[in-house]
Amino acid sequence: MSVLLESLGAGRVVEAHKPVPRVVVDDDLWRSVASRIGASELTLLGLWGDIAAVHMAVLDESEPSVVVVTRQCPHGRFPSVGKVHPPAIRLERAIRDLFGLEPDGLPDPRPWLDHGRWDVESPLAPRPQRPSERAPTRFLTAEGDGLHQIPVGPVHAGIIEPGHFRFTANGEAVVRLEERLGYTHKGIEWLMQDAPIERAARLAARTSGDSTVATSLAFARAVEAALGIDVPPRAVWLRALMAELERLANHFGDIGAICNDAAFALMHAHCGVLRENVLRASDALLGHRLMMDRVVPGGVAVEPTLAGFAQLEDFLSATEKTFPRLVELYDNTASLQDRTVGTGIVAPALASQFGCGGYVGRASDRSFDARRTLAYPPYGELSFEVPVLDEGDVNARVWIRIREVEQSLSLVHQILERLPRHGALSVPCVATGKTCEGLAIVEGFRGDVLASVRLDRHAHVERCHLRDPSWFQWPVLEAAIESNIVADFPLCNKSFNCSYSGHDL
Amino acid sequence: MRNILLQSLLRGPLTERHPATDATAAAELAEALGRSARNRLGRSLAIREVDAGSCNGCELEIHALGNAYYDLERFGLRFVASPRHADVLLVTGPVTRNMRDALWRTYQAVPAPKWVIAAGDCARDGGCFSGSYACVGGVAEVIPVDLHIAGCPPTPTALLQGLLALLESAH
Repeated sequence: MSVLLESLGAGRVVEAHKPVPRVVVDDDLWRSVASRIGASELTLLGLWGDIAAVHMAVLDESEPSVVVVTRQCPHGRFPSVGKVHPPAIRLERAIRDLFGLEPDGLPDPRPWLDHGRWDVESPLAPRPQRPSERAPTRFLTAEGDGLHQIPVGPVHAGIIEPGHFRFTANGEAVVRLEERLGYTHKGIEWLMQDAPIERAARLAARTSGDSTVATSLAFARAVEAALGIDVPPRAVWLRALMAELERLANHFGDIGAICNDAAFALMHAHCGVLRENVLRASDALLGHRLMMDRVVPGGVAVEPTLAGFAQLEDFLSATEKTFPRLVELYDNTASLQDRTVGTGIVAPALASQFGCGGYVGRASDRSFDARRTLAYPPYGELSFEVPVLDEGDVNARVWIRIREVEQSLSLVHQILERLPRHGALSVPCVATGKTCEGLAIVEGFRGDVLASVRLDRHAHVERCHLRDPSWFQWPVLEAAIESNIVADFPLCNKSFNCSYSGHDL
Repeated sequence: MRNILLQSLLRGPLTERHPATDATAAAELAEALGRSARNRLGRSLAIREVDAGSCNGCELEIHALGNAYYDLERFGLRFVASPRHADVLLVTGPVTRNMRDALWRTYQAVPAPKWVIAAGDCARDGGCFSGSYACVGGVAEVIPVDLHIAGCPPTPTALLQGLLALLESAH
């Protein structure tokens, strides 16, 4: 038994929850866990609503171990975690919007996902309400001589997702940035309720298109944990191959795009070619450029082609020649580094407080990678490094991605060597005849994706929550841009590349 | 940097050299698209992309149109930063209720003559998100649509095909 679980001894352990324990606690224990998170003893991995209950996933990085803590809310209220741990505030605002549960003491009670445009209020509550009249959104204020506001979005100037940014600037310097998200809220969690596993898996795959493999994998692993299913070894390896290809494609695309936001188009052009090569190899291998719907609960949906493996080998040998030259180009271009070095700094303390995953955390000294820390299969059998830097600026985030590209290229080699060429790709997801629950954490390119699933006795989804890494990165972007110039915002934003859709659900 | 530039010059464009059938099809398509764009719009067609709640899969593929393989800009087709500079709105997503107003206002800001392309399965009828309390379900529910491009997400080749079809049917 983990030290973390022992400390929750007064709670009731729910047997049906796999593979990590879920503990139902009272107010005191809930508050004590919240204050331990606030004191940085534990890391908050997720906080989500349910019918008359809230759940919070916590990580003890020292062991490491994960536990889900549940507080029943028969009266529709629960003690706010955001009161002692600010990273939980937006999560609680979302719980309030979707379930109508009231976090007592929530410092910022403004709606978050609900913009007052839906026909219902608290759509996921057992009895949704008619929408009530509401005041227009108030933005946080900044006062002083010569300050002016710049509203940006939700429709942005580039080909990117919608969201609103409210800058308050003093001349060129940003004094305050406030984000307003929720524009892409599609009601995914509502659509998943009572859905058969296959339909829910399709929705999970469309939570954030750039992380379709990672999110599908998290969902699939949560379902498999709940049902007690072991997927065939060939599927395990093939899933890892897909996950690394997705990581490569996104890192290539973003390294180029960051440089492009500093007006260095050459890197963008070359990285764009590398990205396209990954997508074409993925298409040849599994019949879809983004590998959507290829990872399914029970295994992998599509038999990989021999031609695809050949194309992948060609891609690997070509990239191993071209990528180092691009790294050298980045490293030797002073005008580019002039923009990235020292820009958009995230202090390590902030990254640790918010539990920032992915390159945002690892560029700010937070050495967490679910592939290493939680070592889900097959990563325990693979050799790779988790690069960590502590400068926390745009440049550090670029370098983490460069190093991760190198690691992923090596991982793809290792996986191709170990991947069984024959054998089953999936097993059926058979209902167990009773309610069962599962949790999974998977490392996407952007950071750790968490999926929590409860299935009914027919193996239909009763409740599913997907927590994108962006939840713990978006708020930190507000801090990173402070006192930088407005013109550096695209650069900072791209170096984070948070998901709007994954966050808004 | 000089070496990379020199190598790129000597190597020639990637679009021409790529042997895969997909790339060939894209190149043929691209040539036809170039001709009709010039005939109708004098070498220039400005596209404004609006994400009305997509999962960002469509945006990734629309982005890919700009890479060296597809190189959209060589036909005078380009993405612009403001709807006021646009001839075409390229809309993705199931149109979330939270984006409905923004989409409508963006459409209003595009000067006539204007065309609307709904790209991706969500943009047709909401796709797998239809029926949700948070989605309107299809771009045509909010603004008139001239063309749908199917796919989840549509491939860059399909997107090029769609732009061509629009040019063929535009008066």
